[in-house]
Amino acid sequence: MPAVVKIDAIHKIYDSGEVPVHAVRGVSLEIQQKEFVALMGASGSGKSTLMNMLGCLDRPTRGSYLLDGVDVAQLDKNELADIRNQKLGFVFQGFNLLARTTALENVELPCLYGKERMSAKKMRERAMHCLDIVGLSNRADHMPNQLSGGQQQRVAIARALVNQPQLLLADEPTGNLDSRTSIEVMGVFQKLNEQGITIVMVTHELDVAHYCKRYLILRDGVVVRDEPTQNRSIAEVELAKLKEAETAAKLLAAGSNAA
Amino acid sequence: MRFFITLKMALRALRRNTMRSILTGLGIIIGVAAVIAMVSIGNGAKAQVQAAIASLGDNLVLVGPGNQGQGGGVRSGFGGATTLTAADSDAIVSSFQNAKTAGEGSVIAVSPYVVARSQILANGLNWGTQIYGVSPDFPIIRSWRVASGVFFEDPEVAASAKVAVVGKTIIDNLFPDMDPASVIGQSIRIFGQGGGGDRGDRGGGGGGSGGTPFRIIGVMASKGFSSSQDQDDVIFIPYSSHMKRISRRTYLSTIYVQAKDEDSVIKVKTDVTDLLTQRHNGTVDFTVQDQADITAARTASTDAMTYLLGAIAGVSLLVGGIGIMNIMLVSVTERTREIGIRMALGAHGSDVLTQFLIEAIALSSLGGLVGVALGIGGSIMLGNYKGWPVEPSTSAMIIAVGFSAAVGVFFGYYPARKAAQLDPIDALRYE
Repeated sequence: MPAVVKIDAIHKIYDSGEVPVHAVRGVSLEIQQKEFVALMGASGSGKSTLMNMLGCLDRPTRGSYLLDGVDVAQLDKNELADIRNQKLGFVFQGFNLLARTTALENVELPCLYGKERMSAKKMRERAMHCLDIVGLSNRADHMPNQLSGGQQQRVAIARALVNQPQLLLADEPTGNLDSRTSIEVMGVFQKLNEQGITIVMVTHELDVAHYCKRYLILRDGVVVRDEPTQNRSIAEVELAKLKEAETAAKLLAAGSNAA
Repeated sequence: MRFFITLKMALRALRRNTMRSILTGLGIIIGVAAVIAMVSIGNGAKAQVQAAIASLGDNLVLVGPGNQGQGGGVRSGFGGATTLTAADSDAIVSSFQNAKTAGEGSVIAVSPYVVARSQILANGLNWGTQIYGVSPDFPIIRSWRVASGVFFEDPEVAASAKVAVVGKTIIDNLFPDMDPASVIGQSIRIFGQGGGGDRGDRGGGGGGSGGTPFRIIGVMASKGFSSSQDQDDVIFIPYSSHMKRISRRTYLSTIYVQAKDEDSVIKVKTDVTDLLTQRHNGTVDFTVQDQADITAARTASTDAMTYLLGAIAGVSLLVGGIGIMNIMLVSVTERTREIGIRMALGAHGSDVLTQFLIEAIALSSLGGLVGVALGIGGSIMLGNYKGWPVEPSTSAMIIAVGFSAAVGVFFGYYPARKAAQLDPIDALRYE
């Protein structure tokens, strides 16, 4: 099976300012299907730049990037847009749902820009299916502002899935969530990964990175560590633990009240 | 991307900021409403002028005093100069007389024409109306039948007889209890003018004390209303009597010459011009026009008005367009993040361009449609209130809406292109 991502010595140099900034200095990377990779690093380490290039939002200054066997370093703007639409799914830190647009319509959005024209009915079916995967089919008609943060992020995940992408890219997906909903969202990712979806996730939280199968650490534009996750967390287990702790706290509170 | 979905998105975006959309569209709405109202009223006025000119009679050649064709000096307008006399009319009659009696020739009828507004008194009631001084040919020219009694004949003209033929409205107002036939033989008093022009209202309050008594000898058939004017509100008397007893002047307002058919109109014009030039010792101090000339002259002034108002409307549309551009620029900035999301999810620059362009076009076209509705409504209301004839023009509506859509394209393009050229990474980061 070919690698989903095959990066060979890519560099990114920004020379818009007075001094050229060498954000990524020769990263080589292969990501196979069904991998779940955490991309970590301090701010300024180049992880966002690498993520933008992985997401075909930006092109490397040097080096090659094969996404699903296609060399995307050579594509023009519109071809990149089509690749993003067909092969990639994005999940952002700030959810980035369209305001005053229902969850269902938000999920349908990538279908509007697809190469092939889809009937409204088919679009709806697919969007509903994806909402079902993230467990929100009963919230299809809700506007983003009627949903909790975790629910919004799950709508965003459903949107990322709607065009059946090769690769799911998540940029700090739990950055705006509390620890409990973070675990829930990571649970969704783990479930998707088990179903065979390749995921790359940027995070700076170590405990979140623990849900991934493999983690990379970037520093000053180079990969300084690349190894499988030890003691991987499983969302279901963590949630159960959390529930237990909560119940215990409640019992304790009840006990102290009784006393 | 599909058009209907884009349109739906655009309308939703406009609805989200209803107040802002209405205010933005207001420039276009006012501009289009102004155009539509102006064209409706202008068309109505034009139709009224044409109907009035057509109602003068068929194949008419009108001779007026003064030369309106050439510049220089003070020109007093149609009917203002004093160069046309009854003798000129007689000359035209006699020059065409032989041919006329033979049933050949190019002229059917000739009538001098003087008009004055006067107050009349009869049966203890009074009424203000137009008094026309004409010749016995006049009913032929107007194709207007006498319902009861008779029209006056040449001997009465020669004698400046005090006889009158009245319209239906005069009877209704002065002899409300009598039927037209029994009015014959009744006397009416017409108050003359101190020598004012034919355009004066009541002139100097009457030249003769108690007015001049005229005997009614005929009643004209009813013609009804033509573009809100009561055509039956008339009194015809011999032109000689009019000049001697009522208007007290020596010149005519107009001479009506009716040509046999459409083809002979040009020949009659030339013949009359030649004859009068000769009589006036070579000076062309009169104007010979056919109905087409008059229509052209009258509509020229309406057209000038139309262009002027059109220019104002154009400026209004321009300002409206700039308003749309301004709001679209604001909207693009506000929605930078949305643009970034769409682009990250695979929208091409052209998709974003289309989206914003359609939004601008929807805004301006809706403004145009509302403007058309307001324009029609407004002109009909104004027409009812002022008694103006109103004729909404379908082509003007189509052009107005089309033009407002074009304004949307023109002024929406720049903001839309600005949106399309955003970099998705920057747009996503935009706060």
